[in-house]
This record gives sequence, structure tokens and C-alpha cells, in this order.
Amino acid sequence: MPDAALITFDHVAKSFDGGRGAKSVLAVDDVSLAVAAGEFLAIVGSSGSGKTTLLRLANRLIEADRGRITIDGEDVRAADPVSLRRRIGYVFQSGGLFPHMSVAANIGITPRLKGERESDIAARIDELLDLVRLDRNEFRDRFPHELSGGQRQRVGVARALAAKPKIVLMDEPFGALDPLTRDALGDDYRALHKKLGLTTVMITHDMTEAILLADRIAVMRGGRLLAQGTPPELAQSDDAYVVKLLRTPRRQAERLNALLPKGGT
Amino acid sequence: MNFLSDPRWSEAWGHLGDYLGSHVRVSLAAIALGLLVSLPLAIVARNRPVLRSLLLSLASIVQTVPGLALLALFYPLLLAAASLTLKWFGFGFSAFGFLPAVLALALYSMLPVLRNTVTGLRGIEPQVLEAAQGVGMTPLQSLVQVELPLALPVMMAGVRTAAVWVIGTATLSTPIGQTSLGNYIFAGLQTQNWVFVLFGCAAAALLALAVDQLLALLESGLKARSRLRTALGGAGIAALIAATLVPSLARTPANYVVGAKTFAEQYVLAALIGERLRDAGHSATTRAGLGSNVIFQALVNGDIDVYVDYSGTLWTNQFHHMGLKPRQQLLADLKAELARQDVTLLGELGFENAYALVMPKKRAEKYGIHSVSDLATIAPALSIAGDYEFFSRPEWTALRTAYGLNFREQRQMQPDFMYAAVASGEVDVIAGYTSDGLIAKYDLVTLSDPKAVIPPYDAVLLLAPKRAEDQALRDALRPLLGRIDIATMREANLRAAGGDGNASPDAVARWLWDKIQSKK
Repeated sequence: MPDAALITFDHVAKSFDGGRGAKSVLAVDDVSLAVAAGEFLAIVGSSGSGKTTLLRLANRLIEADRGRITIDGEDVRAADPVSLRRRIGYVFQSGGLFPHMSVAANIGITPRLKGERESDIAARIDELLDLVRLDRNEFRDRFPHELSGGQRQRVGVARALAAKPKIVLMDEPFGALDPLTRDALGDDYRALHKKLGLTTVMITHDMTEAILLADRIAVMRGGRLLAQGTPPELAQSDDAYVVKLLRTPRRQAERLNALLPKGGT
Repeated sequence: MNFLSDPRWSEAWGHLGDYLGSHVRVSLAAIALGLLVSLPLAIVARNRPVLRSLLLSLASIVQTVPGLALLALFYPLLLAAASLTLKWFGFGFSAFGFLPAVLALALYSMLPVLRNTVTGLRGIEPQVLEAAQGVGMTPLQSLVQVELPLALPVMMAGVRTAAVWVIGTATLSTPIGQTSLGNYIFAGLQTQNWVFVLFGCAAAALLALAVDQLLALLESGLKARSRLRTALGGAGIAALIAATLVPSLARTPANYVVGAKTFAEQYVLAALIGERLRDAGHSATTRAGLGSNVIFQALVNGDIDVYVDYSGTLWTNQFHHMGLKPRQQLLADLKAELARQDVTLLGELGFENAYALVMPKKRAEKYGIHSVSDLATIAPALSIAGDYEFFSRPEWTALRTAYGLNFREQRQMQPDFMYAAVASGEVDVIAGYTSDGLIAKYDLVTLSDPKAVIPPYDAVLLLAPKRAEDQALRDALRPLLGRIDIATMREANLRAAGGDGNASPDAVARWLWDKIQSKK
């Protein structure tokens, strides 16, 4: 592991009460994982694999039962969960914008909660709208219901970046978008990640997306971490599930190569 | 006479400031209190299923209690509470009027506010709540900045429902001593003054409608984040409150408060007493339409200063005596018992409003019936009607045992309809009231009670403990003592039941005073 690990999970476990009379479900089962500063990590798994739970343990939206999680060397259990969350950007599935607040109010929410100056916040909002490539004058005063899915997600990204976090957690951020929008937004975010020197952990069920955007990929199934590594490292895995996950993008790439004339734009 | 030029309209209009002001005051206080209690409860209970269903079921149960009963229940409850605080902490409070009305109405307002607040808060999408937590809001910030604003439209709908319910139900607070627009309705029903009834209903409906629309404006303003509409709605409500409160605050409180029970004779006598006091240079207001169990306690507590009650009623209902005594003996004993509670029995007015068996004069003559003894011989072939309580009262038991009365059939009836029923032959005999003007109108006759088993019901003037030494009050009222005979009172009652412009209690009271004067 790189020595400059910004986020670490050390033998972390979390189970949920299965409801009245039912057995409790082990959502995250003894997971150890480190994310280096500046790294873009994708966690891939199908629904129920525990990937979203793992992400939420990091900013204490969910509390771990066992194990230790550190952010920047500090045990998250020792941190105040509210200030912890204000330090970490979080992009929700399909935006999670506040429907009663304008785009500007949504983006400025965390700096406002931190008590920053209104003039600073206003300037920051405009800057962020530029960053996520939304026209400031056109979008500032709109409400979430007046936006397309892609625009909403751009605002979600801008909101996550508003308090200048070092870490951004993304929960299937592009899952509900059409392929073109998804591609454009993925590329834009990847560029932002690099430009701002962010450390990003992104949840996805789409291995192709993970390969295209992330530096490293962690594969989860049934609460356990099956494999982790760069795409070439994963390709060496002998785990049947990991092999199966990689088969789809590989076959797609081969078929696309065969179907599309080379060199043409 | 033209319907609209009826003087009762202007009389009704004259009361509007007082009644409407009191109505708005009590409704407002009740809604405010209801919100103050319901909102925190709903917020606390929203994520606690057991507490939530407990609260909502309790509020639903309260809602099933009829408004009048709920209001009536709070009176003895507060009376007991007041006597406890007096015992434990050395201070009491008035269980009359405002306080019980506010508490009962606040309780009544809770269901829609609780239910809509809980529904509104629980209807928020979980992703939004998660996002609030995720961007770093504390639970309180999430509640104030996200949950409450999003639940507001549903909550406001609940507040509007509550406001309309409270304003409507507040009309029922008249019998527990709270002046409201219900004063028109209760007085109108008792004195057959339909102008008053109509006026009271219309005023209450318009008030409810106005408040509902202003709240709707406020709600749409909040929803659309329109400062203008929010301000307009808020200003409208503030203006309504100011308009109804200022005149009643500016008025100086009256020296004397005259109480009246819920029937026409009481309204007339209260008007007469009020007029005498004003004539003597005092100011006086009337608290009319009080329940007969409320009015005596109100006098003892000093919430009212003077009212007319009946010796037999006090003897059996207030002091729970079963046995009867001769008239003078009963009055003397009653006076002594009242004195124990520091209530002064100033004297008798001169007439009795007792129960009596009544039948058409012609039929009585035909069969040669003059007394209850005569009636007993043919009773098994006859039917009798009485008001809702007569057949469970001691008078009825006494009559039956003393005279061996046994009727073919007995029915309960609304008092106003009994006289017409007996006159038309629908029933053969009724248990009427001796001072009722309808006895003369329908040419009926009261049967004598030779064994004297029906207690005397002399109309007596009672003074509150704090007025025991009030010489001015005694002087103003003394001209009434012994001056109203049964024939005069019957005629006054008949006039009050006339249903025209001269039937208002004030008009009848003036006629009554002229009559008293002319007989000097």
C-alpha cells in the first residue's frame, strides 16, 4: 500500500438488523482497504454487495460494528460526525438535491453551515458552476425540478466540492444518466479530480465505467472484498467472479473494435 | 315589517364588536396553544412509531367527543384543579369562561395539526434526509432547513383545518361562560330570535372563511417563496386580530356582570337587572346562556355578580336535598345554606317557575279536573309529556307516589313544543312550567297540587360573595323584589317568544319595567 494512505479500512464489519424476527445481515464482512492521497478508487459490485455501506462508513452516515476506519490518520470514531461530513464531499445517487432550494443555495449549503462569509460563498458558487460547466447566470436561481438529470448531477458534484474537501465520496453518481451525458460527466469529473488533486472513492456496478475512470478498482461481493488493484492487476485475478466481471467490458471492446472502422472519427 | 328593517338586526350588529372580539381572542389563544403543544409532539413522535400511534389515537378519541361535551367537561376539571392549587400553593384561578374554553378548543385543534405534521415530515424522500446528513447538517439543522420547509404545505393544511374547527366549535363555549359568536345562537334559539341565530351562524362562518383564506394565502406565499403573498397573508391575519382586539381592549370593564341561564325568562330577567343597574349609573354586562350547573359556581367564584335562580332548583340540584319543606321553611333553610357559601339571597321576585301538570282548560272543565287528585282517577287512559329531565326528577316520583298517578304513556319532548302538543291533543297532559307564557296563549290550565309535593320554585335574586356588602347593588335591585307576579312574568315570557322585533330580551325587559312601575 502507498504510505500516504488518506482513507483506511482495517478489518471493518457492519451488520444490519434484518427486522422483526429475521436474522441479521452481514453487509460488510471484515474488509481492509486503503486509498492513497490523490487516488481515484472505484468500488464495483452488484446490489447487495455492501459497497454503498462501505462508502457510508467512511463519513459515518453508518457506524461500523467492528474494525477501524481512519481519514487522514484520524480514527473516524474520535471525530465529530458532523464536522467530518463537512470535510468530505459526498455525491448522492441522482443528485440528492434539496427540492426547496435554488441551485445556488444547494451548492452553498456546506460553506453556509460552516458559517463562511456570504460574499465568499457567492463567489465560490459562481466558480463551481464554471467548474461543472453550467452557465452561472442561467442556472444560479433555478430549482432542481427545472434541471435535467445530467444538470442535477453536475450541481450535486459542485455541492460536494463547495467546502473544498480533499476527499469526495460518490455513490453511483452517473448510474441514472443516458450514455452520452454519463460519458461527458465522467470525463469532466475525472478532469476535476486531477485538477483539484482530489481523492475520490466512487461506487459503481458498471465495470466499464470503473476501468475508464478509476486508477484502482476494488471488487466486492456478499460484503467481502474479493480483489483490488489496477485494471491490469485485476486481469491477473483467478477469482471466478472477478474474471466474469471483466469479461463483459473486454468482449464489448473486442466487438466494438471489430464493428467500428479503425482510425475514423 | 320588512325583514331587513327588523330592529333585531341593529341589535345584533351592536353586539358584534364584543362577541366577535371575544370569539377571535379565544380561538386565537386555542390555536396558538394547540400549535405550541402539537408541533413539538409531532416532531418528537415522527420517528417513534409507538408514541406516534399513541398520540394520534388519543387525539382521535378527543375528536370523537362532541364539542359541547368537551367544553362542559373542562369546567369541573378546572374547578377541581383550582381548588387543588388553592390548597397546595395558596392561589386559585377562574375555571369559568376563557380558560376552560381555550384548553378544550386547543385539545380539539390537535388532531389535524399532529396528523398533518407527522404525515408531512414522514413524507419526505429518504434521499433528501440522507443528503441533509451528508452535507454536514446537525439533526436540528436538518429539521429546520430541510424537513420543516418541505413538510410546510401539508402542515399548513392541518393548521387551516384546525383553525376552521376551532372557530366553529368556539361558538359552543357560551354555556361555560366564554362570550363568543355562540351568544347569538344560544340566545336566538332560546328566545326564538332567528335573526340572532342567522347572524351568529353567518358571522362565525365568515370569520372561519376569512381566516382560512388568509392562511391559504400565507401557505401559497410560503410555498412559492413569494414575499408579497406571505406578507399579505400575514398582514391580513394581523389586521383581523387587531381589528377585533382593539375595540374590546379599549373598553373599560363593566362594574357588574349579570348571569343568565339558557332560557328566555332568564334572558329577560338578566336584561331587566342590567337595565336597573345602568339606570342607577353603573355599567353592567350580561353573561347569558350559562349552563345551570355552571352559573352557581360562577357566582360563588365571583365571575358573575348577580343572577336569578329558583328555590326548588337550588334545593334539589345544588344542595341535593331529597325531602321537601313548606315554602317559607324551604326559603329560610335555603338562605342559611347559601350564607354558608357567602352567597346572599337578596329576596324573591314574586313569581314561581315551578313544574306543574298542565292541560287544556276546556278539557279540564269538561271532566271537572281542578287538581292532580282529580286527574289521578282518569290518568290510566291518558298520555303525559315532559321535558328531558322531568321523569327522572324527584318531583315526578313524589307526584306518582302521593297521588297514585299512572299514565297510559309517557313521552319526552323539547319544552317549546310541549304546549302546542297538549293544545292540539297530541298528548293529554304535560309537565309544564308555571311561568311559561304559552299557558295563556294556548288557553291551558295548571292543576293544583293539594298535597304540596311539588317543591316551591320561587324566583330569587342571588348576589356573589364579593357583593354581599354592596349597598349600591342592593339599592338598584330592591325595586324588583316582590314586584313580578306570575301573570306579568307569563306575559313577558309570551312576548319574548313572539319572534318579532319586540321580542328581544331588552325590549321585553323595558316592557316589564314599565309594567312594574305602573302597578305602584
